Amino acid sequence: MCLAVPMEVKHVEGDVADVEIGGVRKQIRLDLIADRPQVGEFVIIHAGFAIRILNREEAMETLKIFQEGWNLELI
Amino acid sequence: MNSFEALRDPERCKAVLAQIEEAMQGQTLRFMEVCGTHTVALFRSGVHSLLPSSVVHLTGPGCPVCVTHESEVAAYMELAARPDVIIATFGDLMRVPGPGGSTLKKAQAEGARVEVVYSPFDALAVAANNPGDKVVFLGIGFETTAPTVAATLRLAKEQGLTNFFVMPFHKLVPPALDVLLSDPAMSIEGFMLPGHVSAMIGLKPYAPLADTYGIPAVVAGFEPLDLLQAILLMAEMKRQGKPRVINNYRRVVADEGNPKALSILYEVYKPGDALWRGIGTIPGSGLVMGDAYKAFDAFEALGVELKESKPLPGCRCGEVLKGIMPPNQCPLFAKACTPATPVGPCMVSTEGSCAAYFKYQLDLSPA
Amino acid sequence: MGNKLLLDQGSGGLASHRLVNEVFFRHLGNPILGRMDDAALLPRPKGPLAVSTDSFTVDPIFFPGGDIGSLAVHGTVNDVAMLGAKPLYLTCGFILEEGFDLDDLDRIVASMGQAARKARVKVVAGDTKVVPRGTADKIFINTTGIGEVVASPSPSGHRARPGDVVIISGSMGDHGLTVLSCRQGLAFDAPVESDCASLNHLILKLVTGLPAVHVLRDPTRGGLATSVNEIAQQSGVGVTLEEDAIPVKPVVRAGCDILGLDPLYLANEGKIICILPEKHAAKALTIMRRDPLGRDACIIGRVGAENPGKVVMRTGLGGRRLLGMLEGEQLPRIC
Repeated sequence: MCLAVPMEVKHVEGDVADVEIGGVRKQIRLDLIADRPQVGEFVIIHAGFAIRILNREEAMETLKIFQEGWNLELI
Repeated sequence: MNSFEALRDPERCKAVLAQIEEAMQGQTLRFMEVCGTHTVALFRSGVHSLLPSSVVHLTGPGCPVCVTHESEVAAYMELAARPDVIIATFGDLMRVPGPGGSTLKKAQAEGARVEVVYSPFDALAVAANNPGDKVVFLGIGFETTAPTVAATLRLAKEQGLTNFFVMPFHKLVPPALDVLLSDPAMSIEGFMLPGHVSAMIGLKPYAPLADTYGIPAVVAGFEPLDLLQAILLMAEMKRQGKPRVINNYRRVVADEGNPKALSILYEVYKPGDALWRGIGTIPGSGLVMGDAYKAFDAFEALGVELKESKPLPGCRCGEVLKGIMPPNQCPLFAKACTPATPVGPCMVSTEGSCAAYFKYQLDLSPA
Repeated sequence: MGNKLLLDQGSGGLASHRLVNEVFFRHLGNPILGRMDDAALLPRPKGPLAVSTDSFTVDPIFFPGGDIGSLAVHGTVNDVAMLGAKPLYLTCGFILEEGFDLDDLDRIVASMGQAARKARVKVVAGDTKVVPRGTADKIFINTTGIGEVVASPSPSGHRARPGDVVIISGSMGDHGLTVLSCRQGLAFDAPVESDCASLNHLILKLVTGLPAVHVLRDPTRGGLATSVNEIAQQSGVGVTLEEDAIPVKPVVRAGCDILGLDPLYLANEGKIICILPEKHAAKALTIMRRDPLGRDACIIGRVGAENPGKVVMRTGLGGRRLLGMLEGEQLPRIC
């Protein structure tokens, strides 16, 4: 129901950030997140607002868990 | 390969598919997703067509456009007809039919002023640029979208805008899940939980799924590997008889959700009842304007009321939304009810369960 | 304020004549148009005629990679060429809104002239009407194209046969996303340009080098998905496309992800779908890739007898789904 895309932070000023993905640049609002993202971090954008800073370590971790020998207790 | 590419990697996906087949030995899994983006992702990626037949995919009331009630459509159509009103809306609502088949598209053809915006924040600019008009933003959406509208209302207040209003049609997911689960005909054996709603509300509201009802549930992302992993986790939890609520979208969802977004949400709105298309009133499943923001409430400020209308004749969306009836078994499916002439909520939006079946599923669509 | 269009300039009087001479004739003039009779007198070509007409109302009228003028030439030239024809002549009709900027008009007509010269077609007849402010939106252009058919038999949407392959001349959705990125309310910056171009020279090489071309179509409004569905229905065949083979630029994909759109339903204005027997595919690809407008040509699918009238997409994972037609234009969505 809720389309949201990760975009890379290029510039932050107050509650506004310039973000980019695949060459597309947009200005978005940061009102809804507590921390200011660093330039180079990815934020998840929904309807022009960042709803979360992407956690890259967690992304890699999830990928690792499902390699061979996974079990429910690990998750 | 970066982590985004890995999430679409066919080899990784095939490996998880093989694991699903193994976990499905000797059992069945009727799982429901309650997010329209999941519905579309399952079909578009082809995951739906690759699942073993023992895995049955049900589509729940997970599209806030679909569940926008015809009475709500009637209310905003009333405003759209006023010469001093500009409706600002997400594109999603443009073709949603109200009573008598009226839509914003048709209203536009009759002279109504309608602006499609990408963000509610953009609607503020429409208000600032049209000081002589009343700009009404249609506040649809679940817990993901509602905070963006709340944040916009805060900015409107800060800027002292007096010609910006919102019609709050927001809906909340957990109360809808309660309705599904309390239906005696319910036969759901797993929940794929909505990734971006969960980014806001966290895991806590889902605890009863596993604790009370014993149903495995997984918060999932939207890439093919996310979808497959979620199905594998549900199958494995069911096989082992160990239902839990698992967060498998940790790159985006924190277990505690997004407290800042929720505090803004409840600074502006307060919980109220909501009308769901195809279901009816669900107590406590909506948001109404809080006292500090009454001046921005289009219902109060512009004198509009929500009048509940009769259920749609012949429409079985209530059963489809609860996962009791597959879309193609509804007598209206692809006959009286098509994307061109939708009768019920499930056919209304491209994310609706019936619309997705109609659009993507090879064997069910008419020639 | 001498630079805004007046109603008088469409009246047929002296003001009209000045406009015709100073703008239209200056950029589009040629001996046939220069006769200024009520109709153009054209020599009769040897082959059958191909005729197509199209009206252009694009908003915005200027966009990266083109404008409504160049589009009005390319669009009709391409439609004529899709029949395996060599476009020769164009007519153009302008509906202009009172108050329209004359510098903009000059720019648009100049761009038409340039596009016509590049496509080697002559504008042989024209008409201009100026309507009161508010009764039209800035500028509408209708063009009709006439060409000589050189392919025999002519490629047609009815001729796709099982065993054919589907080739596309380049990336999908560039024009559609460019226009969307210029629209107010959705504004984002994207380094993308419209692909609008006349494909007639490329098509001529294709149909003279390869008489076996069954279908040529330009996937304009409704995009690739709509065009391939139309062909499947016209020919009574099934088409299977390979999702991963369809070229889409990263910027177009990203823009679509943000707005919730599918690039396969976005308009293209400089691309062709070519369907022909598999044994000729390699030669078709060679011909197309030698032309700058077909540099990224590739095979994206096959025609079969199964699922007649339908288009099936094989996804990157090896799954299958239906690729249908849309109810109307795609709207940006957040859900």
